[in-house]
Amino acid sequence: MLEGLLIGLQTALSIQNLLMVIAGCLIGTFIGMLPGLGPMSIIAIMIPVAISMGDPSAALILLAGVYYGAIFGGSTSSILLNAPGVAGTVASSFDGYPMARQGKAGKALTIAAISSFAGGTIGAILLMIFAPALSSVALLFHSSEYFALMVVGLSAIAAFAGTGQVAKAMLMTVLGLIMATVGEGALFNLPRFTMGIMDLQSGFGFITLAMAMFALPEALFLVLKKKEMSGDSGEISELRISGAEAKAIAPVIGRQSLQGFFIGVLPGAGATIASFLGYAVERNIATKEEQDEFGKGAIKGLAAPETANNAACTGSFVPLLTLGIPGSGTTAILLGALIALNVTPGPRLMIDEPQVFWAVIMSMFIGNLVLLVLNLPLIPYIAKVLSVPRNYLIPFILFFTLMGAYIGQNNATELLILVAFGVCATALKFADYPLAPLLIGFILGGMMEDNFARSMQLYDGVAFIWERPMTLGLLVLAVILVLLPSFRARRAKLRAQGVADGD
Amino acid sequence: MTTLKLGRRALMTAAVAALSFGAPAFADGHKVLDKVHFLIPGGAGGGWDGTARGTGEALTGAGLVGTASYENMSGGGGGKAIGFLIENADSSHDTLMVNSTPIVIRSLTGVFPHNFRDLTLVSGTIGDYAAIVVGKDSPLNSMGDLIAAFDADPSKTAIGGGSVPGGMDHLVAAMVMEAAGKDALGVKYIPYDAGGKAMAALLSGEIAALSTGFSEAVDLAAAGEVKIIGVTADERVSAAPDAQTMKEQGIDTSFVNWRGFFAAPGLPEDKLTMYQDAIAKMYDTPEWEEVRARNGWVNIHNSGDDFQAFLEEQEKAIGDLMKKLGFL
Repeated sequence: MLEGLLIGLQTALSIQNLLMVIAGCLIGTFIGMLPGLGPMSIIAIMIPVAISMGDPSAALILLAGVYYGAIFGGSTSSILLNAPGVAGTVASSFDGYPMARQGKAGKALTIAAISSFAGGTIGAILLMIFAPALSSVALLFHSSEYFALMVVGLSAIAAFAGTGQVAKAMLMTVLGLIMATVGEGALFNLPRFTMGIMDLQSGFGFITLAMAMFALPEALFLVLKKKEMSGDSGEISELRISGAEAKAIAPVIGRQSLQGFFIGVLPGAGATIASFLGYAVERNIATKEEQDEFGKGAIKGLAAPETANNAACTGSFVPLLTLGIPGSGTTAILLGALIALNVTPGPRLMIDEPQVFWAVIMSMFIGNLVLLVLNLPLIPYIAKVLSVPRNYLIPFILFFTLMGAYIGQNNATELLILVAFGVCATALKFADYPLAPLLIGFILGGMMEDNFARSMQLYDGVAFIWERPMTLGLLVLAVILVLLPSFRARRAKLRAQGVADGD
Repeated sequence: MTTLKLGRRALMTAAVAALSFGAPAFADGHKVLDKVHFLIPGGAGGGWDGTARGTGEALTGAGLVGTASYENMSGGGGGKAIGFLIENADSSHDTLMVNSTPIVIRSLTGVFPHNFRDLTLVSGTIGDYAAIVVGKDSPLNSMGDLIAAFDADPSKTAIGGGSVPGGMDHLVAAMVMEAAGKDALGVKYIPYDAGGKAMAALLSGEIAALSTGFSEAVDLAAAGEVKIIGVTADERVSAAPDAQTMKEQGIDTSFVNWRGFFAAPGLPEDKLTMYQDAIAKMYDTPEWEEVRARNGWVNIHNSGDDFQAFLEEQEKAIGDLMKKLGFL
């Protein structure tokens, strides 16, 4: 391994490759900040450039830089504008955006940068050590386990139910699940609930829905409730994180790097599930006082998904490099690029072309480091976006929201859907319904249905629930995650009434 | 003054270029088209994507086309791109849409309201056989083994694929089992929405075999991950000389998934001729031969009316099969 490391370092540290990684990080960060352009589209744009370089190591190093930059850039728009451009950064806006509204935008971005760096770096260390051994773990999961994992992911909504809105959160989750059924189902070759509209045939677009649920209502809310704006003048009061805060998020980063990485290794899960689960788990194990902070600008609530999604992105390289199986849309595009460069990922990659394998791993370290070094000094300037007067900022947000929904699909109908849902979502927001559960339900609903349908077909019914112990275990875990908060709340209430329960 | 001169010269060059558009008046002598925009009805990395990008690479590499651009527009099983091309026909004269056998299957099942007759048929360019593969550690080594396993326990011998039920991968699996004298409707077909997930399912043992395109199977076999147990070609294919055909194993069936290009309805005749001309010339270039060999494609060139006749014939054959199998 030491030998491999040296090969990788030698390749990655050449002047040309260092320039590549810096260029990649910068391009990725700046394009990634535009809502609607996630890592997948940016990498797709960069692939012709990378391929024309001809050298697989240099090309991969450039693409890895773009990838990490794009993920970081995506969190920036989630945190500053509540406009998540990819599903993996939706969870980052739960606490990141409230922090930004409290004038802690700089701090939020710093936490995001450090968590991303730690998640990515720890993930890369795990990848380096365990990649060959983990390829078999990636194959342990069948459709039924993926289904159960999605159910565990759904339990993340319990995090929003804790604030006395159980019924509302459930209702919104179910609405999200219903919306996920629009379009063609994987098992039934028929369009459902499309009302004959061709644009609905493949269902609602994620970006459209994310913008309609988060960014648009936020902008409209600011216009409609002018008075509340006096609270945040755009002053950036806190930039650095204190020692106490660093101490608080350190264990979160440690746990989520591991958890995120292992979820990322599974080819059917990925960064989205990892970020939701990371958020849910951290909330459940936090103390009562900290739990109340979640959703209102908790630093742990931001550090958890940011760490988890970066670790998961790194983890998704395990099945790609060792089995040639792309676990996500982004790795599928990377696989295409590798093949175009005459590198065939798979069990033989480490033996046949060790310099490519190690160059990728070294580029992950360098990419993460460069990103941190480049971005930390830039954060005050990026955060300045918020000090733009509201009457200029809001049209700006609206413009990027609409543009994001349009360029994702190149389809003007998306704009109509966006505006219609955005208005509905604003009404729901006024009625104090949480919108995040709807989006979680929508994102997980489609994957959940596909895996459930496949399992049903493979086992001629629901027998897979008890025939596969791992499925059963995950489902039990989901039930615990849902019940635990309400149980705790109940106990706390009883204790408050003086009915002590023994402890 | 200099800038003005330059500007005028540039303008004049542009004007001349525009006038001589498509005519063989360029320095390299054999350029047929200035630019082609490829519309790909599926995501990056799929079969359509590879065909469009490979064709574009050969066309530009050989100097037959100046520049090629690509656009992925997935959705509605390809119906979205077809709808888009028809809706924007007047502004899409530079666009070539790649498509393949599914356009026939999906218009039969009514996934989208259009069929190939609503578009301008340019050329069928290549074909890809279908293949049944198993994981590298699978105890199955031939179609005979797979059929024996199917006979022993049909419900535990699921075959997966990357298309929806009633789609191409499913049809191939059903066709092969039907030709082997088994009940095609008894085949448990499990659909996966992406090739990667289907591969993971095969390697994890969730499915016994995978129905997929031959060129994809060759890549997977070259990476040492799968064994090809049957190819739907009439004779063995040079890209994988060890892979047995179905016919060799006593299963009398063959199938070719064609791929080809369509243009917007109402495309001017001269433009259509240019496209067909460029594609016809492409076959003799070394650039095309390199792309073709790399992907294991088979040249099947059908232009214009031949393409129409070919599609109508396939529509009938597949329609009959689907009716027999109960998909229609």
